[in-house]
Amino acid sequence: MNAHELWTVVHGMGFGFLFLLGFTGALYGIYVMKPEWMTTEGANANVRNIQIFLWVLTAATWLAVFSGAYIVYPWYRATPPEGTVDLTMFPKFHLLANENTAFWHEFGMEWKEHIAFVVQFAATMVAYMAQYYGAALTKKPEVRRYVMIFFAIAFAAAGVAGVLGAFITKAAAVH
Amino acid sequence: MTKQTSERPNGPVAAAMLAGGIGAAVLGVATLLVEIVGDAVKKPLTWNKAVGALSGKSGLGIIAFLVSWAVLYFILKDKETKFEQMAAIALAGLGIGLLFTFPPFWHLLAGG
Repeated sequence: MNAHELWTVVHGMGFGFLFLLGFTGALYGIYVMKPEWMTTEGANANVRNIQIFLWVLTAATWLAVFSGAYIVYPWYRATPPEGTVDLTMFPKFHLLANENTAFWHEFGMEWKEHIAFVVQFAATMVAYMAQYYGAALTKKPEVRRYVMIFFAIAFAAAGVAGVLGAFITKAAAVH
Repeated sequence: MTKQTSERPNGPVAAAMLAGGIGAAVLGVATLLVEIVGDAVKKPLTWNKAVGALSGKSGLGIIAFLVSWAVLYFILKDKETKFEQMAAIALAGLGIGLLFTFPPFWHLLAGG
């Protein structure tokens, strides 16, 4: 695996996967913060772990997006020299050269590269809200509801970016 | 006497929510403008040649997110806001960001 391929793995399977995998646990941790389910001691013990977990997941989204946009994406969209026949090393142009695969750039990458940035805004909102209220989230069902809504939006957007990234890599990997 | 967490005003949280919505909306609007207007917007938003106009579109979104958060925090930090209203506005901003970055929407607006 060369450096380009390694960074592609770090971006998607490292940072991106960390967020997608960690989402369910963090969401459940917020969901169970109901006063009828938790003692004060339980809420205080639980919330610290949730806060740390959410900030780690938020950091993962920022790292995923920036490693994608500023490290992997330039390699993806690099322009081949005039007269290049084998476009394998130029994924964007490799996809566009064939009408059967052009969709993966014109829809797939165009959507993926933009929707990913919404993830970090939503995730940061969630982490801050949990940080600010802490154990008081048990007494704020309306805040908890919106924390979960924003978090679900972040997850859905990240899921779109992740799935499209997987398919694009399958069709035209960065080498 | 230390204020109990449950008595804290919700202004700072409202600021964070609104900032998230604003950042997403700015990203969406910048993206849509590039698609509809073309080079006149695309070139000034190419802040990094290797990344292309994505650098400017995302950069504007991130700047809008951070600046609006700072400003709104300063304005709202000691205030109690209508939480549901602030959350709805934030959701609307996220919705604009999601919709305006969806390629078929560009084609719909472009009539193609």
